[in-house]
Amino acid sequence: MNTNNKKAWLYLLPAILFLVFFLVYPLIDVFIYSVEEGYNFASQTYFGTGLYNFSYVLHDPFFLQAVKNTFILVIITVPVSTGLALLISAGLSSIRPLRDLFQTIYFLPYVTNTLAVGLVFMILFQKTEYTDGLVNLMLSWFGRGPVDFIDGPYWAKMFVLCFYTIWIVMPFKILVLTSALSSVNPDYYRAARVDGTPRLRVFTKITLPMISPMIFYLVITGFIGAFKAYSDAVALFGTDLNAAGMNTIVGYVYDMLYGDSGGYPSYASAAAVILFAIVLTITCVNLLVSRKKVRI
Amino acid sequence: MKIVLENLTKTFPGRGKKDRNDVTAVDNLSCEIPDGELIALLGPSGCGKSTTLNLLCGLEKPASGRIYFGEEDITELPPELRGVGMVFQNYALYPHMTVKQNILFPLENLKGKGRPSKEEMVNRAMETARLVQIEELMDRKPRETSGGQQQRVAIARALVKMPRVLLLDEPLSNLDARLRLQTREEIRKIQKKTGITTVFVTHDQDEAMSISDRIAVMRSGVLMQIGKPQEVYDNPASLFVAKFLGTPPINVFEGNVRGGMLYIGDEAVLSAEGVPDQEVWAGIRPEGFILKEDGPLTCQLGRVEIMGRDISIISSHKACTSQNIRSIINAETRVDTASSSVRFALKPEKVFLFRKETEERIVF
Repeated sequence: MNTNNKKAWLYLLPAILFLVFFLVYPLIDVFIYSVEEGYNFASQTYFGTGLYNFSYVLHDPFFLQAVKNTFILVIITVPVSTGLALLISAGLSSIRPLRDLFQTIYFLPYVTNTLAVGLVFMILFQKTEYTDGLVNLMLSWFGRGPVDFIDGPYWAKMFVLCFYTIWIVMPFKILVLTSALSSVNPDYYRAARVDGTPRLRVFTKITLPMISPMIFYLVITGFIGAFKAYSDAVALFGTDLNAAGMNTIVGYVYDMLYGDSGGYPSYASAAAVILFAIVLTITCVNLLVSRKKVRI
Repeated sequence: MKIVLENLTKTFPGRGKKDRNDVTAVDNLSCEIPDGELIALLGPSGCGKSTTLNLLCGLEKPASGRIYFGEEDITELPPELRGVGMVFQNYALYPHMTVKQNILFPLENLKGKGRPSKEEMVNRAMETARLVQIEELMDRKPRETSGGQQQRVAIARALVKMPRVLLLDEPLSNLDARLRLQTREEIRKIQKKTGITTVFVTHDQDEAMSISDRIAVMRSGVLMQIGKPQEVYDNPASLFVAKFLGTPPINVFEGNVRGGMLYIGDEAVLSAEGVPDQEVWAGIRPEGFILKEDGPLTCQLGRVEIMGRDISIISSHKACTSQNIRSIINAETRVDTASSSVRFALKPEKVFLFRKETEERIVF
């Protein structure tokens, strides 16, 4: 190794050390924990190694519920939020007056405190002794009975969670998509106009392909983000998510570590590894699809 | 298709903080473009030539005035009903489509009776591709082709719907010098072959002179002169046109007409019979100088540049508006480079006089 190379490694050392201690080591540790059976946190001992932790987690009804919740959340929120964001940003870029105002309004959720957002959703959805909440009030105009969105039936709670998630992730997507839309060279649109291209065809044949890299970026990060959902559910349904039946995979991991049923790092690690495998698979599939579709 | 522009005016709302007045991009433009000709809209940037092109293709609506294609008034028609093909400065080829898909795109937009069958579309696309010689590139993406090829794809895309008029916006400005020469011949050839009335915008007078049947010189939205390239060069209507056409550019002197003679400095250089006494601008084309030992115009000799076929003499004169006077002389002439001054006689047909204030031509 010549001196230059040595120097380069020396300069890289701080970053490498940092990454090794805080990223690589914990990562490996999670894998090790996940195969250590009967690990005791206090005495730092375990009985043996094997796949029992995975088997336990996969047979735990709470985990299966969490997986189901997470998948429903992902499948609903990612397409809906991306699609809505696309519509809104396409609308935003085709209006001139008040565009800045609308842009600010749509971006507000991104800079609003989570607790404040939780409060707003409480006003919207929560049923108390004094009021049924704003949404129920509106439902009553159409002659529909009050629904308890926070402690009521599963679909109602899932609806609120999805609604909340979509609302939270949209601003960023709108921001990315509006800038992607405005970066499309207007000459393409002028050329399309001279050729008399109908508006819808301009959108599907020119605009969409042009911004498809950004859309795929949003879908991939959207999938990853939705799989890691946890805090949103806590903000809406409190910390005992298992009781509410609204737990997510990350929520399950947290509960196994610190929750009421806590103190099981091995089960937590196994669940984390399973989540890792799911996210990795889906991201790979996404990348494969995008490689086929996105060609700019 | 004959194109007639009648008192065409286009204004844009003023954007400045202080100056809220409308900007007039095209000012009362009238001209007639005969069927089947290649015409160049020539002028410095900001002179309204691109706006004129956009008015022709319908991307902009005029504030007043009419546009006719043949006998048909198309002023109010949207672009797709005008039958125009447009080639943009950056070609605007859709990067995610192949060359073939790009050329097919305008055809696929057609609706109703005029819509050809799938097969016919492909046939027409191939035919057009053959015309501009890009058949072998049909399955490539635009970025996999060279600049000149992209240019031809853009022309094919404009021609495939068989437009009545072809419009080219600075078609050569994105190409390197060598390709530019080649491509302008190419454009000329394609235009000749199709016989389609073509308007192209350029700021390069060389380009305009070399391939067009007619050039229209514009300045700040006003049409200064329109005519055959040689005519405009030999008979500029104003100082601006004279200065804009020709490389090397025309040499402009502050002159004086006294008693039917043109004076530059104190020397009477040329007879200007019939011109009333006044101060004038005298423009002399570089090829209008004759090296002559007893010539009337004395200049300080700067240097001599040998260019093979001819030589150019760089000299200076205090009445000249620019620092250097460039004159082009036959290479067989001997120049005494040791001398500090050089004397010229002038060819009368290469000397133009312009009014001092209006810069209009004084014909003598």
